[in-house]
Formats: sequence, C-alpha cells, structure tokens
Amino acid sequence: MVLQRRDLLGTAVAAAAGTAWPRRRARAQAQTIRIGVMNDMSGPYRDGSGPGSVVLTQQAVQDFGSRGFNVEVLQADHQNKPDVGANIARQWLDQGVDVVADLPTSSVALAVNQIAREKNKVHLNSGAATSDLTGAICSPNTVHWTYDTYMLAKSTGAAIVKAGGDSWFFITADYAFGHALERDTGNFVKAQGGTVLGNVRFPFPATTDFSAFVVQARASRAKVLGLATASTDTVNAIKGAREFGLQRSMKIAALLIGLPDVKALGLESGQGLLLTEPFYWDMNDRTRALTQRVKAKNQDRPPAMEPAGCYGMVLHYLKAVADMGVAAAKASGADAVARMKAMPTDDDAFGPGLIRADGRKIHPSYLFQVKTPAESRNPWDLYKLVATTPAEEAFRPLSEGNCPLVRS
Amino acid sequence: MDDIFGIPAPLLFGQLLLGLINGAFYAMLSLGLAVIFGLLNIVNMAHGAQFMMGAFAAWMLLAWFGIGYWWALLLAPIIIAITGIILERLLISRLYKLDHLYGLLLTFGLALIIEGVFRNEFGSSGLPYRIPDALSGAWDLGFMFMPVYRGWVVIAALVLCLATWLIIEKTRLGAYLRAATENAALVQAFGVNVPRMVTLTYGFGVALAAVGGVLAAPIYSVNPQMGSNLIIVVFATVVIGGMGSILGAILTGFTLGVVEGLTKVFWPEASATVIFVIMAIVLLARPAGLFGRA
Repeated sequence: MVLQRRDLLGTAVAAAAGTAWPRRRARAQAQTIRIGVMNDMSGPYRDGSGPGSVVLTQQAVQDFGSRGFNVEVLQADHQNKPDVGANIARQWLDQGVDVVADLPTSSVALAVNQIAREKNKVHLNSGAATSDLTGAICSPNTVHWTYDTYMLAKSTGAAIVKAGGDSWFFITADYAFGHALERDTGNFVKAQGGTVLGNVRFPFPATTDFSAFVVQARASRAKVLGLATASTDTVNAIKGAREFGLQRSMKIAALLIGLPDVKALGLESGQGLLLTEPFYWDMNDRTRALTQRVKAKNQDRPPAMEPAGCYGMVLHYLKAVADMGVAAAKASGADAVARMKAMPTDDDAFGPGLIRADGRKIHPSYLFQVKTPAESRNPWDLYKLVATTPAEEAFRPLSEGNCPLVRS
Repeated sequence: MDDIFGIPAPLLFGQLLLGLINGAFYAMLSLGLAVIFGLLNIVNMAHGAQFMMGAFAAWMLLAWFGIGYWWALLLAPIIIAITGIILERLLISRLYKLDHLYGLLLTFGLALIIEGVFRNEFGSSGLPYRIPDALSGAWDLGFMFMPVYRGWVVIAALVLCLATWLIIEKTRLGAYLRAATENAALVQAFGVNVPRMVTLTYGFGVALAAVGGVLAAPIYSVNPQMGSNLIIVVFATVVIGGMGSILGAILTGFTLGVVEGLTKVFWPEASATVIFVIMAIVLLARPAGLFGRA
C-alpha cells in the first residue's frame, strides 16, 4: 500500500473515536440506543456518504420521534481503510454502541461485518456495494439496504447489452468492490451472449490519471467500456475517455455513479450516461418531501442514495427496537435484525419494501439517463427515468447467493 | 505491426507518450519542491495542497468572475503565490534555523488544514472545468489518438522547466540564490536582501505548483484531495533525483512518468508502487539520489 498522509492520522482518529461521547450513568445507558455512522469523512467517498449520512440518520431519529427511549448518533471516519474501520468498530461495540451504520467501501464493510457478528451487534449497511455481504458470507447481524453490485450489473449492464453493447472491456478498482462489480457485470454480459474481452485493474485510491487504461480499452476493440469504479475515479475515467475520443467507437458504462459524481462531471460531459440508483430525490412526493426536510442541514444539497439508505434503514431499525423493547434489542443484535426482517419496511426514501432472510433489503431499482444541459431545469435536476426493475427482480435471487442463512 | 513483449507496438508507443505527459506533471511539481528545498531547506509538504489551490483558483475565476483559462493560467499562480508568500512570512520563516523536520511538520499541518477547508466548502466529489476551445479536439497520430490539450501540457511543462533551470543556473539572480544557500550571511554582506529573495523564491515554487493545478483542472476532477495522491509520488521523484537538484527533479519527473506508464501496461496493479520500489533501490545504491551531491 502506498503511504498516504491520511495514514499518519489514522491511529489518532481511531484512538479519538473511543472517547467521542460523554459517559452516562448505567441506568440511562440501558434506555439509550447508540448508532455509530462510520464512513469516509475526508476522502473520495465523502460526498456520497460522509456528513450527509449523519444528517439523514439524525433525520430518521427525529422523524421516528420519542417512544420512551433515547437514541444517540455517533460518527467516525474510516478513511477507506479496513484496519482503521475495524479498530473503530471494535472500540464502539465494546463501549456500548448497538449499531454500526452506512459503511461504504466494500473492503471496510467486509471487515466490520465480521466484527459485528462476533460481538452480536447490528451492522446496517447502506454505502458498500459488494453483493458478497448477502452472499456466501452473509450474517444474521447484517442488513444490506441501498444497493449492491448485482443490482447495478443487472440494471445498467443488461440495458447496455440489450442496446447492442455485447463486447466489454473493464477498468476496475483493484479491491473487493471493483472485483465484485466486474464479476457481477461480466456474468450478466456472458449470460446474454456477450463477451468480456479484457480488463485492467488500477490501484485504489492512488490513481489519478486513467488515460493509459483508456487507451488500452480502446485497443481491445470492445464495444463497451465498463467502469467498475466509484466516485472521483469514475469522474476522472470518464473525463479521460471523452478526452481520448473513446465515445466515438465505444459506449461508456459507468456502473456505479451517484448524484454528487454527476454533479462533479457536469452535464456537458455527463449527458446521456446511463446509471442505476434505487433512490433519486425528485422521484415522487415522498422523496421530495424528505429532501425538503434535510436540504438545509445538508449543505443545501439533496441527499444521495447512500445517505437516503441510512434514513430508511435506521428508521426501520428503530421501529423494530420499539416493537421488541430496548433491552432485548441491545442484548442481541441478531434478534434485532431478525425482528427487522419480520416487519415490512416503509419510508419516504424507498417506499414500501421488505428485508429477505439473507439480509438483502428489496426495493425497485431505477435506470436513469443523465439529462442534457438544455433539459435540466435546476442545479440538481440531473436525471430522467428510463426504466424500472421491480423489487422482486432487482436483486440476486435468494437461491443463487449461497447464503447459509437461507439454506438453514 | 510487430509486438513488443506481447504488446502491440502502437499501444506501447501510445503508453510511452502518455507516460511522458504524466511525467510533465511530476517534473513541474518536483521542480517547485526542489527549488524550495534547495534554497530554503524546507520540505514543503503543502505543495500538493497548493497544486489543488491552483486548480480551484482557475475554477473560481471562471465560475465567479467569468475569467477564462488563459487568464487563469497567469492569475491563478500569482494569487496562490501571494498566499504562499504570506505563509512564508508569517510562519515558515520562523523555522529556518531549526531542523528540517519542523518545516515538514508545519507544512504538513498546513496542507491538512487547507484541504479540510476546501473539503468543507466544496465537498469531495469535485467541480467541472472545461478544456478551453482552442485546445479541444485531438490529433490522430496513427499509433494513437492524441488530445491536443495533453500535447499542450507537455510543451508548457517543458518550457517552464527549462526556463526555471536557466534562471537558476545561468543568470545573475540565480547565482545570488545559489550563493545565498551556501552562505547567507556573506551574500547579505554584499548588499543583497536575502530574506526577501528567499520569500520570493518560496512564492515562485508555490506558483509552479499552482500552474500545475491550472493545467490539471480540465483533465482531472478538480477536488480537494487531487494534490494528496500526487504529492507522495512527487516527493519520491525529488528523492530519486537528489534533494534540491533542479535538473535531477526535471529528468526524474519525466523518466518516472514513462516508467509508471509502462507499468500500467505490463502490471497495472503495481503502477502505484513501482516508483517507490525504484526509490528504495536508488536510496540503497546512491543515498544522495541520482543527481544529488553526496
């Protein structure tokens, strides 16, 4: 791993996280649910999760209202490093935190997933992409809420193959997330009779220039450039691809690109891109109402899908806690998750839905196209809806994930 | 056309050229660092943040004042140089008599603060900045598709590097600067205002970083962490070239760009590591760097 300046701070932050909240009396502790929002507060994934996820978590607590117990929301920066994330999670869970929430960056999510299970606490995941969280390593303590690599692959990948893009070349972030997204998309491409002509894996997060990879992609003569990348990397890769004239001979499939990234890319460069999200602030009256409630607290930005997921999953968790009692929920994370699975979900961000036995939250996924500058009516009017995949078909079928919780 | 090591030759030539373009950024940034270290003995960890500020200044000039790329290329470095000069006068100048480590820690802290402030204000995902119309489009070189803008970056970087080297090695001003690093008291006794010269030198080094930032704005995402990925590589470049060696920084910058470019073809996963492997080998064989005076 390349030494980054943020590494130098890692230990300090991890140490500080342990003392981040005041100590309370033991009696008050029994009636307090503690939710730790852990994500990237200072790096490339900040805008897609970061403080926005904290704001939406607090909004969920506020909208849930008072039901006879306190809810405290903590936050920490895992800097996209599994070791830092694991340290914070251990400290939190040992010191009375009940839920670790958000956790973007698949490598960190996979590390914390194991810890939450060991300590029988709750891992509510919104930000991570890897579909492995509800696959072979699924956990009775985990709910994976917002999206996953399978959902992205199925919606964006299948739409592009259907439109004639049957040969692919991947530029892939070289860690758990990129590998999972490339694998899931490749499977769809092959299942529909397409071929994967090659791939190139770049070091995350130390890569700025993608031109070398773009030129390799062009030389492969594939019809589609699949970007198994996220946030700044996706923006840099698309900018590079446009600069090198890739769009004349290839389609660009940005498999994971969110609202802040499209904003950063600009409609000029981004127009026409296809992308998949389960939440967009301007979908319906409920999403618009939620956006209105949080916008002022969220630096005047509408929520991205990961913070919206934090809203939905924390609200649902609190409903489950109210239903089973605080003491029982604190005593066993697995029981709390089981109760969440037993109750149907409903929130302003995602509408009605449910959580499957493997921990996968089910809702429709939407295929959007980025608007042209002429079509956009306000600074955050960026998407138009192209297609909807119904909830039952949007995610990997229960039987194909090899999750032990399903077989038993 | 023939294959070279299993890679089609056109692809390989293309990658060499791309490596050279990235090398231009490394050279420009490590040049600024080498100038500052050579003359001030300060390890300027804020260089990446100043590169980022250059890019943001270009964006602000366009978005807030409607001032385009060409003027930004001139104004942004001046603005950022002034911020650098203020920093030097207020803080850095107090550390010249202390160990290198103090300067390193101070500028490192400044970099973190600057990046944090920008992150709070503008978020992490970045801002769009268009390639100027005069430099958009591309040439078809036969073996590859070469964007005009990237060609411009290489030319601009080469000119800047050469001019800097000439100023420092061949002019009277450069002679004063070099003399002042050897023996400041003696040069001051000849009537040269050494503290002001040192301040302006820091400003110049910072301006070089800012020019790099403006050049990078149209092709990379303009975001607060854009400098922190580059700066570590650039430090390695300076160390390999020899701390304080101007020519060493320039040549090593371009060479490492090419080496990294080739690694991206043969073993892309290692492309972020290869420079540090080279650094380790060079430090073992020649602790003062390739062009450094032992």
